[in-house]
Amino acid sequence: MSESEKPVSLKDTIRLCALVFAAVVCATGLMIYTSFLPHYGWTAKVSIILAIATVNAFLVAGYLMHLLSEKKLVYTVLGFTVFFVIGLAGLTICATNGFPPGTVSH
Amino acid sequence: MEIPYTTEHRPDTGLYNAKLGVWLFLASEVMLFGGLFSAYVLLRVGAEPGMWPHGWLNVTLGSINTLLLALSAITTLLAWAACKVRDFGKFKIFHACTMILAIAFLGIKSYEYRDKFLHYEIALNNGTFADGHLVEKSADFDLANKTGAVTLHGHIVEDRKELMDLRSPEAQKAEHKELVIPAADIKKMQNYGPWHNTFTAIYFTMSGLHALHILGGTLVIFYLWGPGSRMYKTDPERFTNRIEVSGLFWHFVDLVWIFLFPVMYLT
Amino acid sequence: MQSNVQQFPPFREVPPTHAHHDHGHGEHHEPGFWQKYIFSTDHKVIGIQYGFMALCFMLFGFFLMLLMRWQIAHPGVPVPVFGPLLEKILGQPAAHGAISPDLYNSFGAMHGTIMVFLGVVPLAFAAFGNYVVPLMIGAPDMTFPRINMASFHAFFLGGVVMLVSFFIPGGAAQAGWTSYSPLATTIPTHGQAFWLVGMVLLITSSLLGAVNFIATIVQLRAPGMTWMRLPWFVWAQFVTAFILLLAFPPLEAAGVLQLMDNVVGTSFFLPTGLAVGGAVGQASGGGSPLLWQHLFWFLGHPEVYVLILPAMGIVAEVIANNTRKPLWGYKSLVYSALFVGFLSFIVWAHHMYMTGMGQKIATFFQATTMIISIPSVIILTCMFLSLWGGSIRINTPMLFALGFLPMFGIGGLTGLPLGLAAADLYLHDTYYVIAHFHYVVAPGTIFALFAGVYFWFPKMTGRKMNEFWGRVHFWCSFTFMNIVFMPMFAQGIKGMLRRMSDGAVNYSATRVPNAIDALPGTVMQLNGFILWAAIGLGIAQIPFIINLFWSISHGEKVNSDNPWRATTLDWQTPTPPPHGNFSHTPVVVRGPYEYSAPGHAEDFTPQDEPVDGAAPATTAHH
Repeated sequence: MSESEKPVSLKDTIRLCALVFAAVVCATGLMIYTSFLPHYGWTAKVSIILAIATVNAFLVAGYLMHLLSEKKLVYTVLGFTVFFVIGLAGLTICATNGFPPGTVSH
Repeated sequence: MEIPYTTEHRPDTGLYNAKLGVWLFLASEVMLFGGLFSAYVLLRVGAEPGMWPHGWLNVTLGSINTLLLALSAITTLLAWAACKVRDFGKFKIFHACTMILAIAFLGIKSYEYRDKFLHYEIALNNGTFADGHLVEKSADFDLANKTGAVTLHGHIVEDRKELMDLRSPEAQKAEHKELVIPAADIKKMQNYGPWHNTFTAIYFTMSGLHALHILGGTLVIFYLWGPGSRMYKTDPERFTNRIEVSGLFWHFVDLVWIFLFPVMYLT
Repeated sequence: MQSNVQQFPPFREVPPTHAHHDHGHGEHHEPGFWQKYIFSTDHKVIGIQYGFMALCFMLFGFFLMLLMRWQIAHPGVPVPVFGPLLEKILGQPAAHGAISPDLYNSFGAMHGTIMVFLGVVPLAFAAFGNYVVPLMIGAPDMTFPRINMASFHAFFLGGVVMLVSFFIPGGAAQAGWTSYSPLATTIPTHGQAFWLVGMVLLITSSLLGAVNFIATIVQLRAPGMTWMRLPWFVWAQFVTAFILLLAFPPLEAAGVLQLMDNVVGTSFFLPTGLAVGGAVGQASGGGSPLLWQHLFWFLGHPEVYVLILPAMGIVAEVIANNTRKPLWGYKSLVYSALFVGFLSFIVWAHHMYMTGMGQKIATFFQATTMIISIPSVIILTCMFLSLWGGSIRINTPMLFALGFLPMFGIGGLTGLPLGLAAADLYLHDTYYVIAHFHYVVAPGTIFALFAGVYFWFPKMTGRKMNEFWGRVHFWCSFTFMNIVFMPMFAQGIKGMLRRMSDGAVNYSATRVPNAIDALPGTVMQLNGFILWAAIGLGIAQIPFIINLFWSISHGEKVNSDNPWRATTLDWQTPTPPPHGNFSHTPVVVRGPYEYSAPGHAEDFTPQDEPVDGAAPATTAHH
């Protein structure tokens, strides 16, 4: 938070924190509930759970880390970082799944 | 010699040095945990069918830890806000809470680790598997000389695959009781440490590395709360910045847990 | 420093020795030895610490290579002169003064590790970066001086761990500098664990350094030092820092996982059913050996650009200074550096064509590999074009910089066949690869580093290195480097594999005369030839070492703060620069390479020389 923005008020921060915490608790509860649903395969469940986890992460990063009102420079650095993480994970998985049939045994 | 922009913001970037520094550091941390999560995905996708464990970890304890960390993230933010409005007393209280929550997290974590180290899978000579928590080893228990016996609280299965999905109806139905197993019947005995299989390996490594981050963060917060807080009197703005920067690290550690929890405990 | 010096005239007649005593503002008490040289937070001292350590490590790594070359040329024959010493220090693996295959493997692994992570990166990035970057951007120090010190100490500790590993039972790591699993886990020595701990320390050091460099370049540029007025060297260091920041952590992750494999007994990189020495191991299996390769090369390839970009930066500065004209295509150079940095993250699997990956993904990596050669060629071309029409001053730094250009050209162009899967399948793991990357790093990067040492030595000490011996050093190094590495292309194309402790004798026509494609005697004879050239290369470094130390106290004194008559800010400081660097904050009014600007009395215009008369309007720069 820079000085140019509106001054920090402890009361407002507490209110914001209470909201974020409530949301995180709800999201976590929802995740746990989803994981115990008897139907669906693991693939569907994992997708839903990770989607909820992303929302959770967004709440923490966006509000608690002030990422929603951060400077352009920080966005640039994080943008490249996220791009490279996706590249690392994505290309590695593509490469290990892309073997010609019959060459890998599991 | 004064290094510029230690407290005030550089006009063209809008940041002070330490804030840029910590974001750069966090970027490298994102790559570190990104590499580990990639490894997790690759190992899980590459696992033999039916051999990736489900439900091996205690969801209740994991959920409590999730809430503890979320709460500590909030007290961290409040500690910073208290510094920002120059309320030193509240700062002390909030960050004391942070540290207590962090220690509680580590306590629960070590209890979970202990539970895994006491959990044994024993391959028996008749081809079945005994699985359960160690109750006691007889005084003369010696695997090499085949003397004595070990007592487990658990059950016996025909196929290792039955041990993989503890959420399955069969596993839920299984009856656990005290089993006394003579050393002479044991082919191989191994606890659920990191060496047990790929899941425990990645679980211990990632949660261990996360716990080390928690420990490091707690030490930093303790320093800033205790001896380091003298700076509040001489240079409150710079001190507030330090609280903000350490808080960003703390939030990042929370962020890692937000993904670790579902990936390890829930799926 | 005299307080009345408010502008920087081209020649400031300040004897460097006086400058050293006069500028004492802020430094009222003289720090003791430990404070001054070991626990210093001054970026210049840390730069010199890094430089000294890195040069020592490079000499050590070179010495390991000499021993290996002896073993390759004369397998099993005791090493002359050093043999008894080796046996005394290392015992059984060097019995009778000869190098056993295991010892050869650990020398090979440690030669690579030391040269890359303890030699070239610390010298190119940490040493020159630390010393020069804050000066060039007009900063008083790095943004985080204490983190800078911690970075050096982590590096030092990492180096110590690596060296200690030679003396443990079983010896140092033997699985090559790439430490492929499962080999790295199954070799019965704890050297690999030492290697991993050492690497984690070195990675920590690099990460701290990278954070510091980026923050410094972003935050501490002097007033008027806009991005497009940065010397290209600073750009190169900036991109390098980002590569280190984002590419190293995945290797750190991999290092932690392999450490778990080696010490705790996990199976991250061990496949199911792995048999070692004919028996199925106790490991649980289920791991992926390829995962290590991906995580390793995700750093490994960007690392190549960590090695080469700072070197290119040094060459750019030396060339601009000695051609006395602006660097050709400054903007192209900047955007090329940025593009190289970005693309270097998505080319890594071209090291892994031999793993049998599918054609689609191999095609992707071939495409990115070919694309990344474009900005590299642009950079090299800009430097060649910079020479065009210049009245070139030939001195030792310039000789090394000029030597860099064709050498890096050879190294880069011979890399293209390796980037294409079809050609790589044949050339993979042969001496062709060795020759290729050594041309990039040895006569390429290391020549540039020599250029940097000769170029900035007067700023660090106030004296020049001896010009005659500098030239002897250059011409001998240049000749022997080429004699060492050029034959390896031929050996590799003939099919000689790397990492063989017997110098491929077992695949030679003398040993297996009827084998198809056995290595002919002419190829095998090159081994002996290379050995003598390598020894010659070693002897050629003696003038440099003596020159370096002798010149600190006996070199020709420079008669100004700017002996090369350079434009960049690093030369507009007192010599050597005091703690805090500048006597007042410089205000930058023009681009970095204003050489031979029309209408100026001198053939160079420093970046911070005030614009005559009028308000500081921006001078046109290209």
